[in-house]
Amino acid sequence: MAELLEVRDLVKHFPVTRGVLFRRTVGQVRAVDGVSFSLAAGETLGVVGESGCGKSTLAQVLMRLEPPTSGTASFEGRPMFSLRGAALRRWRRDMQIVLQDPYTSLNPRMTVGDIVGEPFEIHPEVAPRASRSGRVRELLDVVGLNPEHINRYPHQFSGGQRQRIGIARALALRPKVIVCDEPVSALDVSIQAQVMNLLAELQGEFGLSYVFIAHDLSVVRHLSDRVAVMYLGKIVEIGTEEEIYERPTHPYTQALLSAVPVADPTLRGHRDVIRLTGDVPSPVDPPSGCRFRTRCWKARDVCATEEPALITRVGAHPSACHFAEERHVVP
Amino acid sequence: MLLEVDDLHVEFRTRDGVARVLNGVSYHVSAGETVAVLGESGSGKSVTAQAIMGILDTPPAFVTRGSVRFHGEELLSASPERRRAVRADGVAMIFQDALSALNPVFTVGFQIEEQLRVRRGMSRADARARAIELLDLVRIPAARQRVREYPHQFSGGMRQRAMIAMALALDPEVLIADEPTTALDVTVQAQIMDLLAEVRRERRMGLVLITHDLGVVAEVADRIVVMYAGRIVEQADAVSLFGSPGHPYTAALMRSRPRLDAKGTALETIRGLPPSLLRIPPGCPFHPRCPRAEAVCVSHVPPDVRLGFGRTSACHFAEEVVGG
Repeated sequence: MAELLEVRDLVKHFPVTRGVLFRRTVGQVRAVDGVSFSLAAGETLGVVGESGCGKSTLAQVLMRLEPPTSGTASFEGRPMFSLRGAALRRWRRDMQIVLQDPYTSLNPRMTVGDIVGEPFEIHPEVAPRASRSGRVRELLDVVGLNPEHINRYPHQFSGGQRQRIGIARALALRPKVIVCDEPVSALDVSIQAQVMNLLAELQGEFGLSYVFIAHDLSVVRHLSDRVAVMYLGKIVEIGTEEEIYERPTHPYTQALLSAVPVADPTLRGHRDVIRLTGDVPSPVDPPSGCRFRTRCWKARDVCATEEPALITRVGAHPSACHFAEERHVVP
Repeated sequence: MLLEVDDLHVEFRTRDGVARVLNGVSYHVSAGETVAVLGESGSGKSVTAQAIMGILDTPPAFVTRGSVRFHGEELLSASPERRRAVRADGVAMIFQDALSALNPVFTVGFQIEEQLRVRRGMSRADARARAIELLDLVRIPAARQRVREYPHQFSGGMRQRAMIAMALALDPEVLIADEPTTALDVTVQAQIMDLLAEVRRERRMGLVLITHDLGVVAEVADRIVVMYAGRIVEQADAVSLFGSPGHPYTAALMRSRPRLDAKGTALETIRGLPPSLLRIPPGCPFHPRCPRAEAVCVSHVPPDVRLGFGRTSACHFAEEVVGG
């Protein structure tokens, strides 16, 4: 598989300011702080982590909705962050996003046809005006909605159906990559399965690549080929779906997996349970050295002074821990 | 029996018509027991809790039939004073969104102390001391300083802990937890579930856990009540329910969940959508989405079929479903 997207040392800091008349910067929220990964054509990269780990900021920067503080990314070998004008518009067709909340991400005053067809207004070269309504109907059909409903408004649809509208909109320009930011988190279990199956089908049909961001580890495993685990703006471990879930080596990944409740009451009391104490530290003032050390049971002096690099120490995949070792935590 | 809900019917009278939100819900909780109420949005799991607590908004909500009994005493017809007393030290409740459940303009300490001063007649100093003890109990670090802080100064997990402390202040016999960990991250969720289990064990408190998460249910519940469209479709102990679900809806729900321990292929889905409560289908409310629906499912509401001790399923074919 050829690399479609290559991200190197991506950093996004947001300034924290004080004062009204004389605004001064008193600190930086280090939302994304040195993230590197690659994405191949047709591949799904899952990104997991808890709130505040920077996964949604990563999505915003990848979509160029927020400019990066530093770092590079190339799309099909061409630098992505320096694109301007016509080249930028052309690139935007290739990368689309599906957002978490199907209630606030669709304009309530627009019909479904207008929402799904709006990308064609901005990129008229993709579909001539005469063929647009036909294309929109096709798209609605592809995501499993009734094409007859083209003139309805978002409030006439359920949450799962609205998420399908969001997916149809993302598909309109035939993108190569879709960034999915928590696309099924707001949905009920029975509806979640329908949308996940749809995403998997569309990937096969259109050869899409996904950056799939979610906090639900079961959902991520189901859809991902490779998985990156984020903590406080950094990737702490990255590997194939099997490596991360069956042979995790970073203590944070292990704790995260161990905290997921398992739907089997006979396993009660027979699981390897790791309980973290406390909350995630503030990204304004992250701990020195390894950022996980304040909650880590393995932490020693070296963890406070030296930041562990994301390299392969044991097994076959990289992990940012001085004391990385395999531990089987998923029953 | 500590707390008993019997044949509860609630309807919402709206501009669009009457929504039948609860259609004969019955369950009970004993001391020291964890009962999980499992259901998707709109199944009526939270409305049942609100009816128990007497905090339904009337109008539009009306309890049209049924009873809620606490130690055998009917609550639905009790005086407002009596209900307030039961809410104080009988049945307490915690909510999903701790930030909106706590008052932003008072300190966390004040909100815990208020009930102690009003209901227990404690002095300010005694109430403050007790509030610090309670925050300690729910493992809020530096409780002595934290007691003077406001809800917005707490993290999500700490707010949920503060709300638990508040609910425990008057030693309730039953705690109703409405999606207590849904807004929290998994590592914090695990901490909060451990805390609830510990408090329940130590105080022999009845715990009603309202959730949509099958995993959480499997880890803590003694008994499980599955709700769909304002009805209880299945009741069973945790091991039996997860071992062999007795209702097609429960079975489908379990199969549609992605697994942590295997990648799996396509997920099984439940076709269609949950019904509008304004127009609940006749017969079994699940029949339009059920893979084994037959003519009888459309014409007759299924009875509660007994499937062994304390186990029921509201399906015409319950025995076949449970047999696989």
